[in-house]
Amino acid sequence: MKDRSLVVWVLLIALLLLLVINPLARLLWASFEHPETGAFTLGNYAAAYGRWRNIEALINSLVVGLAAAALCIGFGVPMAWAVSRTDMPAKGLVWAAVLGTFIMPNYLGAVAWILMAGPNAGWLNRIYTGLTGAAAGPFNIYSKTGLVLVIACYSFPYMFVFTRSALDLISSEMEDAASTLGASALRTTLRVTLPLALPAIMGAFIVEFLEAIALFGAPALIALPARFQVMTTMLWQMFEFPPRLQVAAAYAMPLLLITVFLFWLQYRLIARKGFVSLTGKGGERRMVRLGPWRFVLLGYCLFVTSLSFFVPMVVVLQAAFAKAWGRGFGWDNLTLRNVRFVLFDQTATRAATVNTFVYAAAASVIALGLALAIAYIVARRLVPMGRALTYVAMAPFVIPGIVLAIGFYAAYTAKPLVLYGTAWILILAFATRFLPIAYTNSDASLRSINPELEDAARILGGSRLLALRRVVVPLLKRGLAGAFILVFIPATRELSSAIFLYTTGTQVLSVLLFDKSDEGNFEVLSSMGLILVVGTVALVLVGFRLVGRDFLLRRTAS
Amino acid sequence: MSRLVLTEVSRRFGSVTAVDRFSLSLTQGEFVSLLGPSGCGKTTTLRMIAGFLEPSAGTIEMDGRTISSPASTLPPEKRGMSMIFQSYAIWPNMTVAENVAFGLEVRRLPKAEVRTRVDKILDVVQMGHLGGRYPQELSGGQQQRVALARAIVVQPAVLLLDEPLSNLDANLREEMRYEIRRLHDEFHITTVYVTHDQAEAMVTSDRIAVMHQGRIEQVDAPRALYARPRTRFVAGFIGRTNFLDGEARGEAIVFDHFEIPRGAFADSQALRGRVSFSLRPQSIVLHRQPPTASERGAVVPGAVTQRAYLGEHWDYTVRPAGSALALRVTARPHEVFEVEEAVWLELDPRQMAPLLPE
Repeated sequence: MKDRSLVVWVLLIALLLLLVINPLARLLWASFEHPETGAFTLGNYAAAYGRWRNIEALINSLVVGLAAAALCIGFGVPMAWAVSRTDMPAKGLVWAAVLGTFIMPNYLGAVAWILMAGPNAGWLNRIYTGLTGAAAGPFNIYSKTGLVLVIACYSFPYMFVFTRSALDLISSEMEDAASTLGASALRTTLRVTLPLALPAIMGAFIVEFLEAIALFGAPALIALPARFQVMTTMLWQMFEFPPRLQVAAAYAMPLLLITVFLFWLQYRLIARKGFVSLTGKGGERRMVRLGPWRFVLLGYCLFVTSLSFFVPMVVVLQAAFAKAWGRGFGWDNLTLRNVRFVLFDQTATRAATVNTFVYAAAASVIALGLALAIAYIVARRLVPMGRALTYVAMAPFVIPGIVLAIGFYAAYTAKPLVLYGTAWILILAFATRFLPIAYTNSDASLRSINPELEDAARILGGSRLLALRRVVVPLLKRGLAGAFILVFIPATRELSSAIFLYTTGTQVLSVLLFDKSDEGNFEVLSSMGLILVVGTVALVLVGFRLVGRDFLLRRTAS
Repeated sequence: MSRLVLTEVSRRFGSVTAVDRFSLSLTQGEFVSLLGPSGCGKTTTLRMIAGFLEPSAGTIEMDGRTISSPASTLPPEKRGMSMIFQSYAIWPNMTVAENVAFGLEVRRLPKAEVRTRVDKILDVVQMGHLGGRYPQELSGGQQQRVALARAIVVQPAVLLLDEPLSNLDANLREEMRYEIRRLHDEFHITTVYVTHDQAEAMVTSDRIAVMHQGRIEQVDAPRALYARPRTRFVAGFIGRTNFLDGEARGEAIVFDHFEIPRGAFADSQALRGRVSFSLRPQSIVLHRQPPTASERGAVVPGAVTQRAYLGEHWDYTVRPAGSALALRVTARPHEVFEVEEAVWLELDPRQMAPLLPE
């Protein structure tokens, strides 16, 4: 069909390739390129993996990742079971706390935990010494254990959500079948319920592991002072002046390959049809009666969310409004100075605040516009081989942010297209990084619209573009508002790709927060974090109003 | 004069041929149904006429101008047609009046005229009082009327309907059949109507094209189609029927354990070799006593093997003596026979429609 809109589609596809394929291709190319001569070489790989320090960082990443993912099972699975299948009280509170954890950026959590469990000055240590009279407290967040704890605290919501959705789908009849055969409630849970949720738990384990090894913020705040390295901090140091792009590209390759492979494995696990109960409709579900044990379980849920949300939030709030955080909770210690300093007094932080929200908004608009167009092209088969575009649009999902950033750096610091040094490289990197979220949401919204609605506009004399404008876009509005927020939230707090791509004048809050962390001014750090969180919470509330309570879940279900 | 002409139109999807050398010509103001089971290619044909699909072979002409061919296809928005969809496709973001006005606005009619014409057509479909409503606030039947109004108001060159009644409940469906025909009698728009429901096609259409596996089996007026089906498929698809297979031997057509003189058939000289007929259940008369053989008819003894009382009529299954045939016979409610009762079947050869060999 000869269509004037074809030009539009081709341009959009070109943009997609520019955002996803080009950075990856350039990254791969850079890893084989001699830094000076540009000739083909394996030297970068030798340089990247020829040093014990670098291999040690890789091992640290894997160990921390596995430990954090395992801890996530301990945190997330009992909570998911409690909320999904028992008569535990106060489920709403637990759910809200998990959501709060989800909203808190991991680097802000790390800051909070430094305040809580820093050696000597940390709250927990001071409480301990105050109670026991000992000279020093036992807690030290600057350790591998500390890092594992912080990572697990801020990624277990995935485990919770995955497991909970699986448990929600298991019909009580499954459990009844076991109890009629004489199994006790505990035995039924351990032998029937949890095994049925096992694929989801294993899938979540993989996601947690990948999150953990791709994380930059928390490791940088905790591992560097603790004098050990993980892959992401190592990559960052390779970009200390002068940047060693080629070596970094080579060093990042295994991270990319592991991620792609494990996501494939996770996909296979979830896609397996062996677990019949997970494919059907939920059926009737009754809550397991726990008796007095339900308070024990609630205690556990509150304990975990205290570690991840309640106590860190209190600590951050205290520091943000304190003259000096170490002086405690007295009235005379209260001040608005820090918040004012961040928002108004200092040019750099003021600019960063504006940048954060402007870049995030621009990135969300671009990601959403592109995702919608690609989803439309695929759904309406406007170009041959359209299905391949789905994979391209979803690809950033399996690219660690840090790797994507290095790819962007490799692709857009040199001619023909120099974006480095401008805001655009950050905006486009954010847009690319969260394109999959935008895509799954756009695709779902688009699928909910019967194509006949569009056909009807065309047969009555409207062109395809008119049909889009008058019919499709108005119908998508609500869904797109939700999707916008889902992209906007992670874009406001993105650190791992921003840290490689910012220059003077294009800092965002997350970068500034990280930059200022070695000055030790935790009052200002907390204020910056708080501004981010408050902005995010406001948006989540808007999202609830617009799209309903479950909208944050869809992101993880994708 | 022919308004719409389809010539040898085919459409392939990969290795599947959905529509196979489809030829049909509609005169101005004619109402033609495409009738067939799901997957027979009727919707594909309709979407080709609309311009949503291009043909793999063949051409479609409107008023003498080629609008579809494998080389070039006029996009749907340039065809001046309108279409009613299975889902109605009423835009939920617009009111009833806005929905109906859309086509007129696209045609850049002055605002005042758009208003008058929208009001008028809404009155015609008895929706005049609901112009300000949103589609979610309407019942299925009302949405259907909006879809009709929206399609008719632009005075399309051709009106296309794609299973428009399949989402309605039985009573409403029956009402809307007559409504569609009434609107056609009022506006005389050339219409192509796709359905799998024979009653729908028979109520609404001037002619019906029965489709099977991408091909047209037969195009005829509803009565002719029922009375003189030309293929086994058409005979079986339109109403219920009995198939009688026989052989022409000399002056007789020999069936399973009975025979009928050749002269009794209408086009007797055309019957050669193996022949098959379709005979409707209500064209067979049952007798308790052997009737005096009518002039052209044939009388065959048999026995009732099964019966069901359906209120409006009896449904009998009768086996001619010595034969393996099971003939279905429809009888009026007072014609009561017992199972295993000996009966005589009176067959009227002029109502036996010869079928084309497979």
